[in-house]
Amino acid sequence: MSLDYVKFTPGFDRFMPKEYRDMVEHGPFGKKTTVSQVGSFKEILEEHPMCAGCAMTLFIRLAMISFPNPEDTITVGTAGCGRLAISQAAIPFVYGNYGDQNGVASGLTRGLRLRFGDKPKDVVVMAGDGGMADIGFAQTLHSWFRKEKFTTIMLDNEVYGNTGGQESGMTNRNQVLKMAPLGKKFEKMDMLGMAKVAGCAYVATVVPNNPRRVENVIKKAVLIAREIGPTYIQAYTSCNIEYAIPIDKVMEDAKAVELDRYKFSEYVSEEAREYLADQYGYKEYMPKPAPALAKS
Amino acid sequence: MSEALEPEVKTNPQGDPITSTATADAPAAQSGRKDPHAEAKKQKVVSPEYMFFEAPREREFITGSECAKEAVRRSNVDLSIAYPITPQSETMQLIGVLYGEGYVKEYYRGEEEYGVMSAIAGGSRAGVRCFTATAGPGTLRGIEPIASWPGHRLPAVAMFTCRVVNAPLAIQPDNIEIAYLLNCGMIVFHSENQQDLFDYLMKAFIISEKNDVTLPVGVCCDGFFVTHARGYCSMPDREFKLPARDPWRGSVPVLDAENPPARLSRDAPVQKSNFMAYNIHAVWQQEVWAAVERSRKYIDLYMGGLLEAENVEGAEVILIASGSAAAQAREAVRACKEKSINTGLIKIRSLRPFPTNELRKLCANAKLIVIPEFNYVGWLAKDVAAAIYGYSKAKIVAGPHVYGGMSMPVEMIVDEVEGGLTGKKSSTVPSSDIMGTDIDPAAVSHFMQNI
Repeated sequence: MSLDYVKFTPGFDRFMPKEYRDMVEHGPFGKKTTVSQVGSFKEILEEHPMCAGCAMTLFIRLAMISFPNPEDTITVGTAGCGRLAISQAAIPFVYGNYGDQNGVASGLTRGLRLRFGDKPKDVVVMAGDGGMADIGFAQTLHSWFRKEKFTTIMLDNEVYGNTGGQESGMTNRNQVLKMAPLGKKFEKMDMLGMAKVAGCAYVATVVPNNPRRVENVIKKAVLIAREIGPTYIQAYTSCNIEYAIPIDKVMEDAKAVELDRYKFSEYVSEEAREYLADQYGYKEYMPKPAPALAKS
Repeated sequence: MSEALEPEVKTNPQGDPITSTATADAPAAQSGRKDPHAEAKKQKVVSPEYMFFEAPREREFITGSECAKEAVRRSNVDLSIAYPITPQSETMQLIGVLYGEGYVKEYYRGEEEYGVMSAIAGGSRAGVRCFTATAGPGTLRGIEPIASWPGHRLPAVAMFTCRVVNAPLAIQPDNIEIAYLLNCGMIVFHSENQQDLFDYLMKAFIISEKNDVTLPVGVCCDGFFVTHARGYCSMPDREFKLPARDPWRGSVPVLDAENPPARLSRDAPVQKSNFMAYNIHAVWQQEVWAAVERSRKYIDLYMGGLLEAENVEGAEVILIASGSAAAQAREAVRACKEKSINTGLIKIRSLRPFPTNELRKLCANAKLIVIPEFNYVGWLAKDVAAAIYGYSKAKIVAGPHVYGGMSMPVEMIVDEVEGGLTGKKSSTVPSSDIMGTDIDPAAVSHFMQNI
């Protein structure tokens, strides 16, 4: 709910739900907050039931801090560990059926645009690797091909964590997991490549041990999805339980995986670059001034 | 620009102008063409009561698919999502024509039915009025999201043009898919003919969005018999449309971030296995079915009741049917009259909620009840038997059944009536299943095994 179009009569604001007042008075609603201020304001996601050392939770928390317009953001997800945390955030979350997140987000985005026109109502899909690359694959790809204007974020822990550690399409080849007793027999699915082929305007990989970078890619992805087209972020969010990573080594693992197969990558379409430069003043995408002519 | 100078308008086989390539925003003068949305923009909002009961109607001889199109044209639909499947495809492509003409605001062809039904859920959550249609295997492919619509309290209207679902794959009429829809928690209507389809669809939008209902409505019809055949349909003028969905007044907040945020779950264990989880799920189910119950008064108000009884008072035999079987049963009533058998007809309009009390009253004194159906399993006979058990001593014949695309000759129904009364099994049709009091226990046991 935006503070721009709901102004409470002084004296009545105290009758608003406590959670909402907290978000306005001590949280990010109606003002800008950044990851560097963590600890100094009330966050959208505070309590969660996730395992100790869960990198996915850290990522979700950072992502929510990074939403450019949290009071007008709606998240969509599916079954998996992630939704246990996302559903406790103080912004709306759609938890529908198995693998339906990009279909739901398509209808939701179009419906909101019918009602609110260009007034930003950001829709962000956050789902796991199994929910997105396996059971929700068709809807994910088709939403991209249809150029649906919302952001898709994959919480890639390379395993079905919530059901107890089974192989997913995003698991690496040869990895032994439940349902892959002899090791996975095919490669990790190239969802990044498919996102580009399907026409995403922005595609990025990120790991959670660099909060500023997470903030940067989330902001760009959400802004670009408002007007240019679908955006995709693939985040490595390890499962320290199924991959037996000691709690104090989770960040080390993220660093190692980043160096191994999750190097930061970012694809920004030409149109998206111009849009970020024109609308939001992103200097990195502004046209370079013509080099001064060499003195003759 | 005079009419004579306008470029020739291309039409589809139904005679509708193809305008979907025209842009909505192009000013007429600038493009030199007639604004394709001009007519839609002129539509006037009228109350449901005026639309349903007072507006003058004109009769047209059109197919069921065209009836669905005309109903949607007058229903102020925001978002419609299409995916082809026989015998539904014509309906949703005609809705595409309405989109081109501006009567439907948003429309696209989805990836398959799971995706379509998910996106309808998204659209309904956004607070807009949604419509889609499917058939047979499409219904079953989409049933996971469809079955979750009622729990999420998503008003929407889906039309099911019933067809075969089992192997071997076939496109023929057979309404077995209704058996699956009956247990989803949605409201389910069954249209007998083109006129019903037109009326039920429009009324479905209004009933679906009533605050104390807030449920999806499935409007079923038997494929081909209704979708592809022409019938008379009386319709109010197309210059009228129903009031738009008003999500601000909804009893369940829509997900537009305009309400103070509600955390889906405050306590983590709610989504795990413990008492609170069981309790919450149980409460949701109770509330869904209570809402189904609360829709009765609106079905009475707008549709004239959950069923329609013809010549039932004092009748010895009652035929109970829904959908196309009701049309055949009506003919069978006439044929029985010629044989001096006093026969009445109960046509069931609403399968969920089910007219239990109405049936108990109407069937109290009947001797014989015959329930013809276009499916193998006899879902209607099961519901009728369960509803009137203990309230009627009638012998119940669950049949005749035709399925897989077979038609239902009126003689089959008459044979069952005569066989039911005399105890002599027909030699011309396969034997049906019988239940009721004062009959052979073996026959009852056979009935129970076969339904």
